Amino acid sequence: MTTEALLLPIAMATASGLVGCFAVMRRMALAGDALSHVALPGIGIALAFGFNPLLGAATMLFFGALLVWALEGQAHVATETIVGVVFSVALAIGSMMASGEELIDALFGGAGVLSRAEVIFGVAGSSLVVAFILTQKNKLVVMLVSSEVARTAGIRVRLLDFLYLEMFSLTIALGLRYLGALLMGALIIIPAATAKQVSKSLNGMLIVATVAALTATLAGTALATHNHRQTGPFIVTTAGAIFLLSLLYRRR
Amino acid sequence: MNILEVTNLSVRFENVQPLRELSFSVARGASLAVIGPNGAGKTVLFRAIIGAIPSRGTVRWAEGVRIGYVPQKLDLDRDVPITALDFLATRKTLTAVSDKDISQMLTLVGISSEVTKTPIGTLSGGQFQRLLIAFALLGNPNVLLLDELTAGVDEPGQRQLNELVARLQHDRGLTVLFISHELSVVYRYANNVLCLGGGTAHIGAPKEILTPDLLRDIYGAPVDYHIHDH
Repeated sequence: MTTEALLLPIAMATASGLVGCFAVMRRMALAGDALSHVALPGIGIALAFGFNPLLGAATMLFFGALLVWALEGQAHVATETIVGVVFSVALAIGSMMASGEELIDALFGGAGVLSRAEVIFGVAGSSLVVAFILTQKNKLVVMLVSSEVARTAGIRVRLLDFLYLEMFSLTIALGLRYLGALLMGALIIIPAATAKQVSKSLNGMLIVATVAALTATLAGTALATHNHRQTGPFIVTTAGAIFLLSLLYRRR
Repeated sequence: MNILEVTNLSVRFENVQPLRELSFSVARGASLAVIGPNGAGKTVLFRAIIGAIPSRGTVRWAEGVRIGYVPQKLDLDRDVPITALDFLATRKTLTAVSDKDISQMLTLVGISSEVTKTPIGTLSGGQFQRLLIAFALLGNPNVLLLDELTAGVDEPGQRQLNELVARLQHDRGLTVLFISHELSVVYRYANNVLCLGGGTAHIGAPKEILTPDLLRDIYGAPVDYHIHDH
């Protein structure tokens, strides 16, 4: 693998590990996973009209995050239910719009040959997500404890919430080439869930989640390449194995 | 001089209207208790006056007000790996707070250095409330909003927390608004009490307005209580 080909998975996995920590602590594991499905119709539309599938996916993900954010602002709406329904339907519609090899790649990822533009977008996007989490982690922690405490401490709660969800969406877009719409959510959630099991401080959790995501991505990609298969299933299976190890470690 | 003036405040959630045309004011340095049965709108009132939920009417805080909020309900999973010190250290990015300020605050509220290394989910109810008070005080507030500060805390812990707040209020000239179900605490610490319930609101000095008849009307049943007159 060339240095350039390694750069994107490393950047993407770092962003996934970090952004996932707050998703797990916010208890949005399921909603977050479902959100990744909304990328599929975007890919389908992009393929149908002949523009970059990543652009279509990123646009749909932006609006998907906007929907979750708007629902969270409604006191009496069951966000999880609506997100589950809407995003599952999105997955179904997307599946109808693509077919064959394209659909398999869109669902499960297949790195193939990356264009220079994709690498630049991936590294720039990942850097943005990493910078966001590292600079906003304190405010995100206060919001986790209590949105009222955050508000009275001068934090613009709704804006920060919106930005976090968009960073989550961007991270999904970054990993679509590797894991596909069906599995990218798992690379965000599983390493963070692993870190939650074994960490005793916030910084510890951020570091463990990043290392777990990097290990799963690099080892999974190597295994998939060796076996000439889609990368997504190998990356997520490796992440799952690391999670199982963390459970054993915790039980000690 | 009033630090808070609320006029015709109403909050509606679809078919429920927990607050209707509520008006009251709070003097600077005063202690206002908010009482009422479950569902009377006490927490809704706190959330409305900090602007966390949409409402009608006007809420006017005096200029330069800084609010410290101690919530009733923890929004957090009990097993998140955030230590008490992680939580307090977040203040450093919000206000000009040093490690020394944090250390002094921990001493003030009675949290030991051992406890600061503990994940916040494993703190006892009393320790967690002290941590929230410490967090609020690090923002140098002039108003404290306490939503059932002592809920889930044992009897000696309740007394210590109430005394801590009374001492802080005295030393720092804080205005305190607190929600409580303990009428003895209301009598002991509040200058005024706002009773919510049964679609009505009453405000006044505890000894003047907390009559058995009013309490029965608000709670829908006779209320037993003991007055600690010291």
